[in-house]
Amino acid sequence: MALLEVTDLRTHFFTREGVVHAVDGVSFAVERGKTLGIVGESGCGKSVLALSIMGLIPRPPAKIVSGSVVFDGSDLVRLREKELEDLRGREIAMIFQDPMTSLNPTLTIGTQITETIRRHYDVSKQDARKKAIELMEEVQIPRAAERLDDYPHRFSGGMRQRVMIAIALSCDPKLLIADEPTTALDVTVQAAVLDLLDDLRHQHDMAMIIITHDMGVVAEAADDILVMYAGQVVEQAQVLELFDHPEHPYTEALLSALPQIEGEGIRSGRLTAIPGRPPDLIHPPEACRFASRCPYANANDTCATVMPELREVRPGHQVRSAHPASERAGSVVGSEVPA
Amino acid sequence: MSSNGSSDALLQVRDLHKHFPIRSGILIERTVDVFRAVDGVSFDIEEGETLGLVGESGSGKSTTGYCIMQLLKPTSGSIRFMDTELTELGREDMRRMRREVQIVFQDPYASLDPRMTVGDIVAEPLVVHSIGTRRDRRSRVRELLDVVGFNPGFTNRYPHEFSGGQRQRIGIARALALSPKLIVCDEPVSALDVSIQAQILNLLKDLQRDFSLTYLFIAHDLAVVRSMSDRIAVMNRGKLVEIGPAEEVYTHPQDEYTQALLTAVPIPDPRAMKERKAARRKLRHALAEG
Repeated sequence: MALLEVTDLRTHFFTREGVVHAVDGVSFAVERGKTLGIVGESGCGKSVLALSIMGLIPRPPAKIVSGSVVFDGSDLVRLREKELEDLRGREIAMIFQDPMTSLNPTLTIGTQITETIRRHYDVSKQDARKKAIELMEEVQIPRAAERLDDYPHRFSGGMRQRVMIAIALSCDPKLLIADEPTTALDVTVQAAVLDLLDDLRHQHDMAMIIITHDMGVVAEAADDILVMYAGQVVEQAQVLELFDHPEHPYTEALLSALPQIEGEGIRSGRLTAIPGRPPDLIHPPEACRFASRCPYANANDTCATVMPELREVRPGHQVRSAHPASERAGSVVGSEVPA
Repeated sequence: MSSNGSSDALLQVRDLHKHFPIRSGILIERTVDVFRAVDGVSFDIEEGETLGLVGESGSGKSTTGYCIMQLLKPTSGSIRFMDTELTELGREDMRRMRREVQIVFQDPYASLDPRMTVGDIVAEPLVVHSIGTRRDRRSRVRELLDVVGFNPGFTNRYPHEFSGGQRQRIGIARALALSPKLIVCDEPVSALDVSIQAQILNLLKDLQRDFSLTYLFIAHDLAVVRSMSDRIAVMNRGKLVEIGPAEEVYTHPQDEYTQALLTAVPIPDPRAMKERKAARRKLRHALAEG
């Protein structure tokens, strides 16, 4: 059985303007020790999805209207707040994009780490401090013992994210959810934090969900990838499969919209922009949500009126499109694309 | 770092310094130290080319851009633009010079006045420089909006009604209003999603071709800079550590910091990432020990 199994999850926001279908029927599983990458652009629902799993969505206006989140055998959607609190931090931990707003500026780093340890374990203050120093050493914060009594503002962005990771690891969680963990960081610091996360997940035998807008980050960090668009999963596959044979027109478009760092003719070439914008999630179309921007959809196709189901095109590779790459005229899956 | 200075370059920056005082003390403040945000930077930009300026936060790349715009007064150094020394210009002369140098800012949410209509925002530079009649300006605004791919029918609307990409088009139309020679693009796409980012980068390329613009393109995203630039300058801690043709800098980086920066970028290729991950760990350890 998978460590986490999300089935048909729907999180809606009940606002004055109407009901926002932020997460609209999302299903996936995370196996023990594996990393799932969830990738998508702003407003696609990836962060609301993470908060829904953690039971941290703001209620009201948000509400999980249907679906289940089964973690290690129990459905988190049906747990009482008290039970959820015990689970959060100990079994599932989360780190956020902005480590400054998730740390309390008026408390020392040491207090914030030991607080989490003592919330979940019955240990003395002294033992908790000792454990905190070990954790800070593990996340490679230099001079850990001295820095324990510093306040967050004395740490750089990268070091603050390491502190957040130390807090997240303090109870040896089975699952770590990282929501844009490196987006606010410089590229060299990002690389160091990603390397650290990679080491830690092996050492702690921890599963991870990494949420990002960056295709490069999922390419390096994830075993499996979920592509989200307008509140739904549009494609899901193992990492090599997804990058070798992207099926959904949106995934293909995202990849070709990215500027390349290596190659020829980069300066003179044009990027493949995706025309238009994602649909309004208050009144999402009945049709395929990507149809209005899709280069393959015609007005008289069924996908212009009926929502395509998520279906398997190859073993383990699912796509929600009437026009996946492998079914277009002239396509041969597995053949090398000539350069 | 040499800057291969030919005398006819459109912009010549020589030994630019911008230092910020670090003050201390209550009631009686005194300067205890200086922060060298820009610390002896020299480069040229030829007419019609794009010079990419990359670096991480705090490297001094934006400060350099602001000094060129004279939005910040340099501590020392020379900025020659169209054979005029900008650092010595008086207020009035600089105001005239601003017609030729414009800037596009990073945040299309903060850089547009929320109380002004789109039409007024784009017309403002024309009003400030008393160009044309009201009627001329109105038709010029429509033309500018059309050029940047923004519906000219929306001139009476307000910025908050539009998405980030659309707002950035408004900012670009405003920068184009006075037909400048040089545009400083300060992180123009870093607040935008990938699909929208591609639209704006393509637009900037088209405008450069159609209006023979010269760009100083400042950004932290190395792939974005590569796609826009003829030559690239790399900054680290206020200093220019490397400058050269884009392809040369990216394929044969000479400076150790440039190498570390380039190998740190995650690229959308899981196979290549395996090698890059090993390479960047090695470089990081080398830099930490060296």
